[in-house]
Amino acid sequence: MTRQLTFSQAVNEAMAISMREDADVILLGEDVAGGAAVDHLQDEEAWGGVMGVTKGLVQEFGRDRIIDTPIAEAGYVGAAVTAAATGMRPIAELMFNDFIGSCLDEVMNQGAKLRYMFGGKAKVPLTIRTMHGAGFRAAAQHSQSLYSFFTHIPGIKVVIPSTPYDAKGLLLESIFDDDLVVFFEDKTLYTMKGEVPEGSYRIPFGKADIKRSGEDVTIVAIGKMVHTALKAAGELSKNGLEAEIIDPRTLSPLDEDTILSSVEKTGRLIVVDEANPRCSAATDIAALVADKGFDYLDAPIKMVTAPHTPVPFAPSLEDLYLPTPDKIIKAVEEMTGSELVI
Amino acid sequence: MSQTQTNQTTISKEEATWMFQKMLEIRHFEDRVHDIFGTGILPGFVHLYAGEEAIAVGLCAHLDDKDYITSTHRGHGHCIAKGCDLNGMMAEIYGRATGLCKGKGGSMHIADVEKGMLGANGIVGGGFPLAVGAGLTHKLKKTGGVAVCFFGDGANNHGTFHEGINMAAIWNLPVIFVAENNGFGEATPFHYASSCKSIADRAAGYSIPGETVDGKDVMAVHEAAKRAVERARNGEGPTLIECVTYRNYGHFEGDAQTYKGEEKVKHLDDLDAIKQFYTYLTEQDIMTEAELDQMDADVRSAVDRAVEFAETSPYPLPEQLMEDVYVSYKTDGGATQ
Repeated sequence: MTRQLTFSQAVNEAMAISMREDADVILLGEDVAGGAAVDHLQDEEAWGGVMGVTKGLVQEFGRDRIIDTPIAEAGYVGAAVTAAATGMRPIAELMFNDFIGSCLDEVMNQGAKLRYMFGGKAKVPLTIRTMHGAGFRAAAQHSQSLYSFFTHIPGIKVVIPSTPYDAKGLLLESIFDDDLVVFFEDKTLYTMKGEVPEGSYRIPFGKADIKRSGEDVTIVAIGKMVHTALKAAGELSKNGLEAEIIDPRTLSPLDEDTILSSVEKTGRLIVVDEANPRCSAATDIAALVADKGFDYLDAPIKMVTAPHTPVPFAPSLEDLYLPTPDKIIKAVEEMTGSELVI
Repeated sequence: MSQTQTNQTTISKEEATWMFQKMLEIRHFEDRVHDIFGTGILPGFVHLYAGEEAIAVGLCAHLDDKDYITSTHRGHGHCIAKGCDLNGMMAEIYGRATGLCKGKGGSMHIADVEKGMLGANGIVGGGFPLAVGAGLTHKLKKTGGVAVCFFGDGANNHGTFHEGINMAAIWNLPVIFVAENNGFGEATPFHYASSCKSIADRAAGYSIPGETVDGKDVMAVHEAAKRAVERARNGEGPTLIECVTYRNYGHFEGDAQTYKGEEKVKHLDDLDAIKQFYTYLTEQDIMTEAELDQMDADVRSAVDRAVEFAETSPYPLPEQLMEDVYVSYKTDGGATQ
């Protein structure tokens, strides 16, 4: 049987491999080692992050490279920008992507623009790892999916893996990429298991993964919505409708060709995105197809997204907030004019 | 805290020549940019450093190319003191392809990483974390280098001031934080906006040394900077130096400066940093008036040449709009977008 790792272990392994390969790779963040300067919390007792994703790294690489920071996101994310520009290859962990409000300037105005403003005479090989996603009962300030923020800004690459295999390969690609990458980790996927090869491998940016082939409808799904879409596709198949599921894997750059080719084949597009719908990755992909693939379309484009609300706390409301297989199937019904027996 | 008086330490003629040269370069460069801006031919807006020369020069006299500095929107002086090329700087301000940043940064983003100049910065308070990052690289790579963060009194109330200095202090990084207190953040007086008598007082909150010096006295700045840079290079951590100064021009060019009072007259005359240094160098018999006057004439010519270089340089080509956003950016796993 091939080796199975959790998403969390895959992320951890990618960081460990990168740090063995390159002495300039360091990790900064809040409790990424854990318990700095607490005598009885050294070595194996160290936290390794609030979710344990970085556990064990400090034992192998030491506290000079696995650096616990103060809770000061502007300070350490900004520091990571220039550490990158002056010769290091840092990974900065922004615990929750919601905390970008505390360090947006450092990402948006410093890191993302430095190369352009300097006329190409600098580079910022920085990876910002950050948790996103609803479904964890974490409420409005710890559950958002803010990848469209970063996709909007030139100079940033945006990566959203949906499987342990992709998480490892895309994170290694991110760390060794010479540009600023924001790498999203869905907190509800950390325990998901999947096949992950040993050793180093990299998945190139801008190359979507066709998770399932189909002729009847193209479903572009982001992050964990890939799994929601796959469940819907299984039900659709029972009704004789075959959905093609595309995981873009990176929103910047975006693999436009794979999306357009698929829509050319199926004539229908649904974008499934758990983020809020306005000015989102979903509207961006819908606009792409409306602009460059209008003639392929047999039906209006549908978006299945969260509503335009903050993420609610109550489980009953949060379950309503997220896209589900049923919502995707309903969208297919609307666009095909058929009533499906699910 | 200590209030450093103008000290009696002498400097070598070589050091004095470099310092006077750089102060003149800043002054004449900025005066020319002021004049040219008034003609309306420069794009955008500029913030001039004239009057504050003693700070950038007094600090950078202790630095070499491996040392980094972060700067502010008022960054021309820092660039010149750190060794940036006058022609490349003037061309950048003109938005020409021969500019230090190929005309894509402009006055507020002039940078030369090879010279250790990590960019002027359009964001007040932007430099604190950036200096910490450069200091972190120095510490981790054991280069012996330092990072200097120049910032204005307006920035000392920004949250990044706290985050940056605190982090440099807990990690014992080789960073020197240099406040250029010119009395006004835009038009708002320092004493209104800051709940402290001096910026240097705030060093106590981080358990690091802090001192206030006369920022018009290049020898005073030079002496304080020497101590701070030595501490940093010796692994003794960060220092905060507050330099009290005055800007000769407004916050930006076009600012009517209605908030300034009569103090302006003496700042432009007796208290002028270059006049004071001129007097010091001649009275101490370090340099002669003839030597200094010749340097003044030579620098004026150099600035003339920089203007000519800029005005005869080409504008960036249309294809440069899309260049330098990323090191690489590929779609479909191969084709460059």
